[in-house]
Amino acid sequence: MTQATTQRWLGLARIAAATALAAVVGAGQADAQSGQPIRIGSTLALTGPLAATSQVHKIAGEIYVEQLNKSGGLLGRPVEWVLKDDQSKPDLARTLYEQLITADKVDLLMGPYATGAILSAMSVAQRYNKVLVHHTFGIPSMAKYEMHFPAWALGPTPEATFPNQLFDALAASPKPPKTIAIVTSKFPSVHFLSVGARDVAKKRGLQEVLWLEWEFGNRDFGPIAARVKDAKPDALWIGAIGLEGVMLLEAAKKIDYEPPVHFHLYPAPGPTAKAPEAKNALAATIFEQHAPFTNNPVAANFVKEFNDRAAKAGLPDNSVEVQAAASYTAWQILTAAVNGTKSLDDKAMGAWLKANRVDAIIGKLRFDGPSNYGDDLMKIKQLQDGKWNVVWPKEYAAPGASLKTP
Amino acid sequence: MPSATLLGQSILSGLFIGGLYALMGLGLSLAWGYLKLINLAHLAFAFLAAYVTYQFVGYAGLSPPVALLIVVPAFFLLGVALQALYTRFAVGEFASLLVTFGIAVIVESLIQYFWTADFRKLQIEHGTASLRIGTLFVPVIEALMLLVAAALSLATWAWLRFTYLGKAMRASAENPEIAAAFGIDPRRLALLMSGIGTAYAGVAGVFIALTSTLFPAQIFAWVGVVFAVVILGGLGNPLGVLAAGLAIGVSESVTMAVTEPTWAPLVAFTLLILVLILRPGRI
Repeated sequence: MTQATTQRWLGLARIAAATALAAVVGAGQADAQSGQPIRIGSTLALTGPLAATSQVHKIAGEIYVEQLNKSGGLLGRPVEWVLKDDQSKPDLARTLYEQLITADKVDLLMGPYATGAILSAMSVAQRYNKVLVHHTFGIPSMAKYEMHFPAWALGPTPEATFPNQLFDALAASPKPPKTIAIVTSKFPSVHFLSVGARDVAKKRGLQEVLWLEWEFGNRDFGPIAARVKDAKPDALWIGAIGLEGVMLLEAAKKIDYEPPVHFHLYPAPGPTAKAPEAKNALAATIFEQHAPFTNNPVAANFVKEFNDRAAKAGLPDNSVEVQAAASYTAWQILTAAVNGTKSLDDKAMGAWLKANRVDAIIGKLRFDGPSNYGDDLMKIKQLQDGKWNVVWPKEYAAPGASLKTP
Repeated sequence: MPSATLLGQSILSGLFIGGLYALMGLGLSLAWGYLKLINLAHLAFAFLAAYVTYQFVGYAGLSPPVALLIVVPAFFLLGVALQALYTRFAVGEFASLLVTFGIAVIVESLIQYFWTADFRKLQIEHGTASLRIGTLFVPVIEALMLLVAAALSLATWAWLRFTYLGKAMRASAENPEIAAAFGIDPRRLALLMSGIGTAYAGVAGVFIALTSTLFPAQIFAWVGVVFAVVILGGLGNPLGVLAAGLAIGVSESVTMAVTEPTWAPLVAFTLLILVLILRPGRI
């Protein structure tokens, strides 16, 4: 058993003992905090197919709320996070957000994880005129509610800005690619960017030698790898989520093929870093735990806390990257709005967010553009010597790191 | 038109994934055919075995064959124990759907508790090794998986057809009262068959760990295709399950090679619908 797994057994015993102890001393401790807590309600996909990433959001949120309460809470009141499990089902997320507002009577909302659930939560927030800050909404043009605020700074048209960013990076390499294969999962937020990459590649004169789509949950990447090998692209865009990209690279390795340059849209960073075939993989990010990002002391402190908590929780990857950073940023946005307006009034907070910039660990955020999106803060990272390093734009590159291409 | 190499490589790929479908369907088919249990927990056990293998090989440093030697007997015993419970509580064919679905959900939750919901991928030395035959490449682990699937299917078919126990099993499934009149103990046979079926889930799990990505919710993603394999192959028919697994695997892979990969998932169900229309007595 891993150390974490073994500790879970001990954990069960500890929980039993702690519960008994808490029953004895708990009531006395409760009076130590003054003021009614501010209740912030949200769901996360704690079970179901999206649970892996939601664990990251759960840990990031817990850290933030703890830090917030240690520093005095919000408006001098403690903060309580009311978290429910939407089981990775957008329809259930809708019901639970309704419940959070009407039955739990939470003061504020925080978004759930993943685009489908966020859309569901957004419709409920709109009905009750609540501000909805969310972490990782993937398709900006679908967000129509005027009081939604995205922490994942993709910009209003990431389907154009992000592929351009990637192709700029590749164009600056010693041997820029002339042909590209674009293969992609049909997972909505992934597919949407892959379609955008296709258009951008065409406009930039990159010859598309292969375009393939597969259903999310595809089991066999052998035939797809064989088709990529047949197409002989200079660069491969893999519109993958989780470990689909690694599965494809492994299938390619088994037929003696290694794509010269391969980009993975949203890989599971930890397990991908451990796969030998993923060497020099490129991927999208908004934050990595190295300078210049960690020059911000708040970010550095969060990275340290998250690394420890994720290790204790047995997550295979303990590092802070897109998901954890976006999650922490979402809480920073909500806090900034409350502190900025000195109230819990949703309309006032919404107006404040549109008129002001928020200083978050992923950078300065603004919400005054189309669909409340500001700048596209996405960056390109590369797996170098088993570690993810930002390599583009150059001003965000890890110390000493630069894009490696064959 | 795809090149001959692409087509050949895709057919090979289909045979290998078909072997895994057969491995996963074998125990399910036996339980359904002979014990009248629609065992939805079978796939959960296969993934539990995969996670246990991941733990043994990835963290305890055991080799995959040693992990197999531990996992298979353990899962045999698990199958025996569960069958004893099913018998004790007189779980019938349709009740088994609900009961085993519950067990599958519990197993999924346990997996998530111990290994978290995150993606897991076992990295082993030579895990991507292949043999080159002409212009084609044969991945070693996948080829081994296909051989094991074929060997287990053949051995199970031979056991059912030629041995006393196998014949007793078939007789008991066909008419338990008459079989009992001839001195056959259906309860003990059911324990044995359940043990064997769950041990096959263990074997499938070892190969899943060696070839696939692991995450808990994946369990239910396999239900459709494995059920299609079992129904196409015929309940309790090991060779039928192997043939159906390979047919679906190859059809999916060739579909991916010549058209859009998004069409591949439709293949299993199209085949299933066709067979059920043409041969309605299949289930």
